[in-house]
Amino acid sequence: MYFTYIRRELRRRLKQSLVIAFGLAIGIALVITVSSASAGVKSAQRQVLHSLYGVGTDMTVTKSATRNQAGPQRFGGFGAAPRSQSGGARHLSRNVLHTSFGSSTLPASDVAKVGSLSGVAAASGGLVLTNTSFSGVIPSGNSRGSGGFGAPSGTTRPSFSLDSFTVDGIEIGENAVGPLTRSQVTSGSYFSADDSSAKVAIVSKTYARQHSLKVGSKVVVAGEKLDVVGLANVSSGAAEVYVPLATAQKLANLEGKITTVFVSVSSASKVSSVASKVKAALPSATVSTSADLAKRVSGALSSASSLTDSLGRWLSIAALAVAFLVAGLLMVAAVSRRVREFGTLKALGWRTRRVVAQVVGEGLALGLLGGLAGIVLGVAAAAAISAAAPSLTATVGSTFATGGGGFGGFGGNGPAGGARPFGGAQDVLVHLTAPLQAHTILIALLLAVAGGLVAGGFGAWRAARLRPADALRSVG
Amino acid sequence: MYELTDVRKSFRRGEATVQALDGVDLTIDKGDFLAVQGPTGQGKSTLLLLLGGLDRPSSGSVGFEGRDLAKLSEAELAGLRASEFGFVFQTFNLIPTLTAQENVETALVPTSVPVHERHDLALAMLDELGLADRATHLPSELSGGQQQRVAIARALVKKPRVLLADEPTGNLDEKMRDEIIGLLEQLWVERGLTLVVVTHDSAVARRATRLAVIENGRIRESEPSGQVPVSS
Repeated sequence: MYFTYIRRELRRRLKQSLVIAFGLAIGIALVITVSSASAGVKSAQRQVLHSLYGVGTDMTVTKSATRNQAGPQRFGGFGAAPRSQSGGARHLSRNVLHTSFGSSTLPASDVAKVGSLSGVAAASGGLVLTNTSFSGVIPSGNSRGSGGFGAPSGTTRPSFSLDSFTVDGIEIGENAVGPLTRSQVTSGSYFSADDSSAKVAIVSKTYARQHSLKVGSKVVVAGEKLDVVGLANVSSGAAEVYVPLATAQKLANLEGKITTVFVSVSSASKVSSVASKVKAALPSATVSTSADLAKRVSGALSSASSLTDSLGRWLSIAALAVAFLVAGLLMVAAVSRRVREFGTLKALGWRTRRVVAQVVGEGLALGLLGGLAGIVLGVAAAAAISAAAPSLTATVGSTFATGGGGFGGFGGNGPAGGARPFGGAQDVLVHLTAPLQAHTILIALLLAVAGGLVAGGFGAWRAARLRPADALRSVG
Repeated sequence: MYELTDVRKSFRRGEATVQALDGVDLTIDKGDFLAVQGPTGQGKSTLLLLLGGLDRPSSGSVGFEGRDLAKLSEAELAGLRASEFGFVFQTFNLIPTLTAQENVETALVPTSVPVHERHDLALAMLDELGLADRATHLPSELSGGQQQRVAIARALVKKPRVLLADEPTGNLDEKMRDEIIGLLEQLWVERGLTLVVVTHDSAVARRATRLAVIENGRIRESEPSGQVPVSS
């Protein structure tokens, strides 16, 4: 009787039932879509962070160059570049592996210092470098030496080219933490234990494609030819070439030095406390957690994050609130039209709570109907976002973010993982998805039930208040 | 069975206060067939609602089997309505979304009759009133007379001791009216009911054994004329 009565009654007021269910469906679909998009944005943010940190890294320890420090290795100027002469013109070329502008180095022994702290699961050293190559031609008859570019009329014009790519020197032990993992190498092989100071390299697939490299090719780093042993799938903000740490130290004339300590913490809840311990052990270093880096992410991804977190959330709440209110009011109206019916049921001996249960049941049924429709709509919307996979860029803050004096100030928060070429902000391209999570569907179902209870509650309140005598008093 | 003493009932209608009953004294014995007659708006329906425990008097007592209905809790009144009182209304008041059989079953919901027995009892009651072939029809698919018979079946399926009918023939044509009132009379005799019928129709009132006339909220008894007893 109970379910039959509910089913027949909802069918009798089909239009109204559909309006209530549809309103709830829209609100719930918005919740699912916004939650999924928000999860997608967070996933994209993690991707951005992983591209700079490496998977498994919870924090990095770096050192910013101070005003009085030499800072990055100098390029050496044109006077130091190898030259050759032909037909009166001077050919210059230079290939240098150097740290990024604005970053300094740490002693390699700091890795063991950090690794010995409690709460640290693993610590590895790394060198974040840039390989810059310069080549140019200075025509003959130029009396301005290495700094001059003017050419008398009728002679060959000077021409120069500058090229650079990023190089990460990484530890290759079993427990190493860092920007490249074994599983990212999809072609060839990862470094073996024997490769610790060998002239070998793993190259990103994008870089390999751009420079027609494959496993077995040679890649020139700091003027040395390295064998490409593997190709890796890395995100757009990661390094282009990876070499064993000792090899990178030798090529960059930085033996015994590192730019970064990559740290893995034993538990996510300990990140903050471990960061404090590291800071205490290495007072001159900069400790950056993923939370710190997340604050420096700007660009389209950051905007998307703000959009889903604030506007998206409030839009969902508003839509749900309106849906609940409309559902409640419609149920009250429906109960008001059934005053005689409920009065008759009470005349038959139905207790108020039985009548209330009937009305609440109708509300719940509508809530579940709206919830199911909302889940279908929300899942479809999330799937559409994932299928479209819009590209978003994330810009990770520059080395001058905390300016201790503008262009010349390097004190304070240095970039995590070492700044990339010339100390500028780093752009990472990610594709937005909207992954569905089980708890989102569960929340949607609970909201559906809540919506039904609210709608039914409004109606039940009206039903509980009605006096059968008023309902049944005949007129005429 | 019923003992009403100085019963008064007033209620508000907008700004005005309506005195529906103004000092009613009435005794209804077990097995009586009482017709309550009077012009429109004189308190007839109000009296019926008080007898059925659906309303409480503003003052006075409505005694039923020694208990003052005015002092009972809502749960106790609901219990009496579920077992002792059956109601029949002028507008039938059937649930429009339920079939004839399901409508009759609604009267058994608040009783202790098991779910699987309700079905059979409802069908048997409809059969007794000649409506077995209409059991699966919705009220909209029944004639006025058939709807009222379904309503009577609903009122009687739980075997109440009192049947309270408020203008049961008010919405029926003459032929149907005679049919329904005849049916009520028959059931009154067969089941030993105490039957109270509110009506403004003299033809209906004449069938009762007692007649009470309400005027200006007060009641006076009169002799019904031409009552034709129905042989059992």
